Amino acid sequence: MRILHFQLNGDDAEVAAPDHWTLLEVVRYRAGLTGSKQGCDKGDCGACTVHVDGRSVLSCLTLAADIDGRQVTTIEGLSNVDGLDVVQDCFDGAGALQCGFCQPGMMMAARQLVTENPEATREEIKEALASNLCRCTGYTKIYQAVEEACRRQRQCTTERAGGAP
Amino acid sequence: MNERKSINRTHGPDAPFGEFSRVGKRARKVDSMAVATGQAMYTDDIQLPRMLHGKFLRSPHAHARIRSIDTSRAEALPGVHAVVTGSELPVAYGVIPWTEDETALAVDKVRFVGDEVAAVAAIDEDTASAAVRLIDVDYEVLEPYFDPQDALVHHEPAIHEGNRKGNISKHVLLEFGGVDEAMAASEVLIEDDYAFHGTAHAPIEPHCAIARWSGDGVLTLWSSTQIPHYVHRLLASVLGLPAHRIRVIQPYLGGAFGGKSDPFSHEFCVALLAKKAGRPVKMLLTREETFYTHRGRHPMQMHFRTGCDAKGRITAVDSKILIDGGSYSSFGLVTTYYSGQLLCGPSDFPNYRFDSTRVFTNKPPCGPKRGHGSVQPRFALEIQLDRMATQLGLDPIEFRRINCQSENTQTVNGQTVTSNGFLQCLDAVEEASGWKKKRGKLPPNRGIGIAGSMYISGTNYCVYPNDMPQAGILVKLDRSGLATVFTGTSDIGQGCTSVMATLVAEELGLRLDQVRVVTSDSDLCPVDLGAYSSRITLMAGNAAVDAGRKLRKQVQEAVAEKLEIAPGQVMLADGFAFDREDGDRRFTTQEAFQFAEAKFETLSASGSYNTPERGGDYRGGTIGASPAYSFTAHVAEVEVDPETGDVHVHKLWIAHDCGRAISPVQVEGQIEGSTYMGVAEVQLEHHEVYTGETAEAGLHMRPSLLEYTLPTTLDTPELEALIVESIDPEGPYGAKEAGEGPLHGSLPAVANAIYDACGIWMTKLPFTPGKVLAALKAHQAAGSSGAPNEGAN
Repeated sequence: MRILHFQLNGDDAEVAAPDHWTLLEVVRYRAGLTGSKQGCDKGDCGACTVHVDGRSVLSCLTLAADIDGRQVTTIEGLSNVDGLDVVQDCFDGAGALQCGFCQPGMMMAARQLVTENPEATREEIKEALASNLCRCTGYTKIYQAVEEACRRQRQCTTERAGGAP
Repeated sequence: MNERKSINRTHGPDAPFGEFSRVGKRARKVDSMAVATGQAMYTDDIQLPRMLHGKFLRSPHAHARIRSIDTSRAEALPGVHAVVTGSELPVAYGVIPWTEDETALAVDKVRFVGDEVAAVAAIDEDTASAAVRLIDVDYEVLEPYFDPQDALVHHEPAIHEGNRKGNISKHVLLEFGGVDEAMAASEVLIEDDYAFHGTAHAPIEPHCAIARWSGDGVLTLWSSTQIPHYVHRLLASVLGLPAHRIRVIQPYLGGAFGGKSDPFSHEFCVALLAKKAGRPVKMLLTREETFYTHRGRHPMQMHFRTGCDAKGRITAVDSKILIDGGSYSSFGLVTTYYSGQLLCGPSDFPNYRFDSTRVFTNKPPCGPKRGHGSVQPRFALEIQLDRMATQLGLDPIEFRRINCQSENTQTVNGQTVTSNGFLQCLDAVEEASGWKKKRGKLPPNRGIGIAGSMYISGTNYCVYPNDMPQAGILVKLDRSGLATVFTGTSDIGQGCTSVMATLVAEELGLRLDQVRVVTSDSDLCPVDLGAYSSRITLMAGNAAVDAGRKLRKQVQEAVAEKLEIAPGQVMLADGFAFDREDGDRRFTTQEAFQFAEAKFETLSASGSYNTPERGGDYRGGTIGASPAYSFTAHVAEVEVDPETGDVHVHKLWIAHDCGRAISPVQVEGQIEGSTYMGVAEVQLEHHEVYTGETAEAGLHMRPSLLEYTLPTTLDTPELEALIVESIDPEGPYGAKEAGEGPLHGSLPAVANAIYDACGIWMTKLPFTPGKVLAALKAHQAAGSSGAPNEGAN
């Protein structure tokens, strides 16, 4: 058992967890943030994807001990007081959410792509999401959602550059 | 048999007020916000105070008798609160009442590697796992049966001793017309062997269940089941508990595809463990365990003969199918019928025989997977059709047009087809794919292929015989302006919650945010038979319209009184009730509900649906009978690498006749998801255990999502969904199914495209590069005459 100090969705978190626990176990069963899912427990499905210091990681393969002092964002931290994140809104709008079990991880992976490469092509979207399995959608509506999120992200950047409020 | 009360209320295809305000619109799902934000609670997300965690001891042997079990060392381990073994849960059950051959834990025998032997509840999963390893079982190991052909011939000792048919699980032989005479008179006769290899559902959410007993002895079970009602019934039977002392709740469900249809060992074991421990217990299966729990698509060895006349009209179809059932019956009785009963459209034929035998083997039990029972023979039949067309020099799409049955007709096996949009489906995929410019004209090793199929919108065959409705619903109108829909339907991601909301909103002129849906809680919701056989939109949908319509009449009457007009002149739309002839004379629906509540007292209505009389007048004639059938056409474009044998599927165009599309976005999602899943079965996925006399015999060869090769974004072809709406008289506003039909044709369309690409008929799934390469070599050796290759795959 050890005490971990880290930032969880912007708040200071102090959590006691067994040494062998993963980040996924800590966020689900200690912090009570059950949005991140366990689909395989060995890094195959991507449903547990969260951001650590802004980068997507598989929380089921990340030892909780390694996140001491770092910033963790889960699906619960993606939306904010202004409402849904553009990625969440676009997934919903495109009909990309069927059973939804893979989607917290999928949206976290998509968020990183949209941030880093809002010009992403269909092929680049496929590459970026290749480690997140979805069993319901055949991925088609997920691509449409990410393309729309990229478009809105670009629009947002343009408006900012143009001095729009 | 049972005389069914006539409560078949179908409501016609028309909008209640001239044009639809909700149905057919590209709306968001009503419950997706919880999913998008991570708030949706799936079963494993539920944490109860004092909750314990359960683990199974599973059999290491494929076939063995249990001489004794000693749990004393496990029980002595600190942190262990309860242990159960088979002798405490001896009541046999099965989802089909005629084949109850499962027990929650092995009583005297194990029948596959992974069969559940004992269960432990402890303070955490690690302790439970450690305790499981302390249970001592003395086995008498028996010879396992892995090959269905072998199991058919040898059955001493049988896998289910006492089964008077040896290892035969079910045999069905049905003939309609005179097959042998018709076959003999055929101009073209195609005969070949086909094989389907067995696949798993692999929803991303593993199975999970939680049980809690209240102080007054009421059991609550939360479970990731797609059929809560059958779990409820069998919990009562296995636990010896009155059904009214049990509450079953299905939380948000992370995908199912048929794989969460059976009542499962973990659902019974958590209940008994929780009772013994006096604390709530959760069991969450590991991904590896889900591959043993299985109930996936049955492997089938299929021999097909089909004949047609010189004009290309099919004269007869004859099949003999050996079905590998694995170790238990599950839905196998229905699977065996479906392997023949669901093939009699959209191509019509006057003579038909199928002879299907399901046998037990010592492998994880097979069951219903999306497109239950008919995906495998559909694969064979649609290739047979292409081979007949090829032999006659006919375009395969034209061949299917020649043979397409009409609407409002009877199939050869006595099923009633109402609407039929298959010709429009053919037109749609032919046009969208550029078929005429491509078929036979693409560069070498690139080809395009077609396939067609039909599927049921629910089945007349209720799993247990009774006179009650197949679907029931309650709608409550509140003076706040809210309509609450209480329904036992299981949303497994397919979106039925939104469909129910849409239908009730349409009837009552509400916006979707003015409807809330309470689902799948047996204490709160009337019984619905669950998410299987693609039944919910048609059956529960009709019940929803039924209830909504009753309430609409009350609201109209109350508003009519206020406006001093006839009730029929009151329109309800977009949150308002108004005079059809003067839209300014209006109230909000909230005000309208209040008028109605004042006039009629508290407002609620139930709605029900039962199927009309359907099916052939013979034993099994209602299995495969449905109020309405969906139709699908697939076109696949592929490229075969002649160096490696790799088949790259570039794109599929799928036109699906779902009747009225209540929610087009969701219909597209079902079409795309079905086809993705079908294509994955062509090349990638294979549920397979080690066989032979090795230490691994009976172990799954690929028990993880990586090894099982679930398709990623990079493995999935481009999918183009096209909706065809043949408005059906039986469906709610004319709607039919969309969740399973669009899977079937994806497999044979790829096979038929491979023939167009390089002249080989691939008949045995999966199409691994090795098999394709061998077929190409055999084809080259035989000369490029286009002669079908035999044996190479």
